[in-house]
Amino acid sequence: MSSAAGATSTRRPAPRPVAIDVRDVHKTFHIPTHRVDTLKERVAHPFARQDFRELRALRGVSFDVRRGEFFGIVGRNGSGKSTLLKVLASIYRADRGSIRMAGRLAPFIELGVGFNNELTARENVALNGVMMGLGRREAARRLDRVLDFAELGEFVDLKLKNYSSGMLVRLAFAVMVEADADIMLIDEVLAVGDASFAQKCMDVFERRRRAGKTLVLVTHDMATVQSFCDRAMLLHDGEQRYTGNPEEAVMRYFRLNFRGADDGRLPAEPDVKLVDAWLEDEAGRRVDNVEQGKPIGFNLIVEAHTEVPGPSFGFQVLNVDGVPVFGFGGALTERLDQRDRIVPGQRARVAATIDNRLVPGRYSLTCSISRNRSQRDLVLRDVALLDFVVTGTEPNPGMVSVRTDLVARVERK
Amino acid sequence: MSGVVDAELRPVRGPSALGGGWGRFVDLVYLISVTEFKRTYFGTALGYLWSVARPLILFGVLLAVFTQIFRIGSQVPNYPVLLLFNIVLYGFFSEATVSAVQSIVNQEGIVRKTQFPRLVIPLAVVVTSLINLGFNLVVVFIFILAFGVDPTWTWLLFPVLLALLFVITTAVSMIVASLFPRFRDVGIVWQVLSTVLFYATPVLYPLEIVPETFKDFLLLNPLTPLFEAGRAWIIDPSAPGPISAAGGFEGLLAPIALYVLICAFAVWIFNREAPMIAEEL
Repeated sequence: MSSAAGATSTRRPAPRPVAIDVRDVHKTFHIPTHRVDTLKERVAHPFARQDFRELRALRGVSFDVRRGEFFGIVGRNGSGKSTLLKVLASIYRADRGSIRMAGRLAPFIELGVGFNNELTARENVALNGVMMGLGRREAARRLDRVLDFAELGEFVDLKLKNYSSGMLVRLAFAVMVEADADIMLIDEVLAVGDASFAQKCMDVFERRRRAGKTLVLVTHDMATVQSFCDRAMLLHDGEQRYTGNPEEAVMRYFRLNFRGADDGRLPAEPDVKLVDAWLEDEAGRRVDNVEQGKPIGFNLIVEAHTEVPGPSFGFQVLNVDGVPVFGFGGALTERLDQRDRIVPGQRARVAATIDNRLVPGRYSLTCSISRNRSQRDLVLRDVALLDFVVTGTEPNPGMVSVRTDLVARVERK
Repeated sequence: MSGVVDAELRPVRGPSALGGGWGRFVDLVYLISVTEFKRTYFGTALGYLWSVARPLILFGVLLAVFTQIFRIGSQVPNYPVLLLFNIVLYGFFSEATVSAVQSIVNQEGIVRKTQFPRLVIPLAVVVTSLINLGFNLVVVFIFILAFGVDPTWTWLLFPVLLALLFVITTAVSMIVASLFPRFRDVGIVWQVLSTVLFYATPVLYPLEIVPETFKDFLLLNPLTPLFEAGRAWIIDPSAPGPISAAGGFEGLLAPIALYVLICAFAVWIFNREAPMIAEEL
């Protein structure tokens, strides 16, 4: 564990006071393997010891964040990042360890701030302001600024259940920003609306940074971590693998992915190195989240260390339970000097447009690369490339939504 | 604007039933309950009139049944207004507790994403019903005066009665609300139980006409003395009142003990469940 060494390599060594102090925090979930939800099951099997699967989401996490610092938390799906954020936000209680914070807190969790969909924007903003510690009058006064920021002024008396997912996220984000808290806890910031709105958010963050506000950011987008954070932490299976320089954290994150789910030590010399992987929207902008029904642009750049003859690329999209939803792949379609290979030092770029039939939820994309046009001769196997969220308001049952033409009519006798 | 002041490091203890300052707690309860009350009647043609109309309709039916068919009503002084008064009070208890059952699950969006004292949710439900009760009581007291009942000094004790009813209602709401996320049966069980309680509380009848064997059973119900007190203090000064209806003060020991026990249990179970609620949804 290199966290101690890493902590000294901050980009801006700050003698500023500590804003968040986390010491040895543990959190374990007990997930019943057979959920006993009704009394009848309890009564019918009173002595049946409930079987629990222990999920150790956090195993002794310690770090501190100084005032004015932007702190990133990275890790794969299920690494404990979101749990950590929820523990910091007092939504979950830590089993062990201590957390101390200085100042008022504004969390932005699971793309929201806690709205009641049955209420209007006006009512929700007032309620949320009070939740974040403002007085009732102050919270009501804040309404105009929030709507202005979210660009939703004309929808103030519309119930949130009639909002589109994009409008909801914008409103939530505006509420969080205008709370003007000392510490912001943010899960997946880039999910916020279109490019111009995302840019607006970035500008706000920069202003808040200058004003000495503290930000903790959980994200899958490594570019954000590198450009944005002063320090970053890598979590893996609830363990703190690294804390310090963001570039180093990102590098280790990619390395972890290359090694699959094992201990994260550097492989001696991988045959193929992952350079970058990202998703794009229709306009070619990098995104972390895609809207339901909108095509996904997928890009991967790899660099060969040893020659890879006859490379073929295979990808799988897994849902949050790790179940493969679909796969796609192919070999080199454009070659250099007619040879079907990648030579050492050469880079290959894979670009795919994916028809997006996924239902809203979290997904991850894995990659396998094989050589000699064989399915067996693997260079890379099921490496997790990226995680993404499909946003949408209609959670369909099942894993995909399929276009259907349905006619139902009453037959004449 | 809070600005950057030298805020002190304060321990973060995770979610709990209370905490986070009384001002915020009161504001939250007020805001949630008032919005909820408005929402229930907003967009209906008759608006707030419904909050009064509902118990009045029930009252009309029960009055017809118990004065025209069963005729218990004729033995009891001021029976019609007593019936109306009791229905409105019991209506408060059952409306609050029944809607408390699902309250935490209904507020899932807020519970899973924000930190706030969890007690706010069941309490806001009770306060919403209390607002409702306020509207109803205005009508009830107009009826009482119109019926020819003269105000007495004991009317001043009414707030005490309301406070006791409010506390037990809140306690029961806390119990059902905190158990529901784990045991979904609570919803059905409580629906049945609150109907049973309607008949096992002196709402439709006064305690003194109940046969002796049955009376002991009814006297276990902590709501019984409250309704008997209401009758003696507000409607009919000649009524026996809670103490003599229970056959002396000893008769009240059981319902008082049960009352305290329910409240203590509510505090214990809610404190135990509050930190876990977000994980169980």
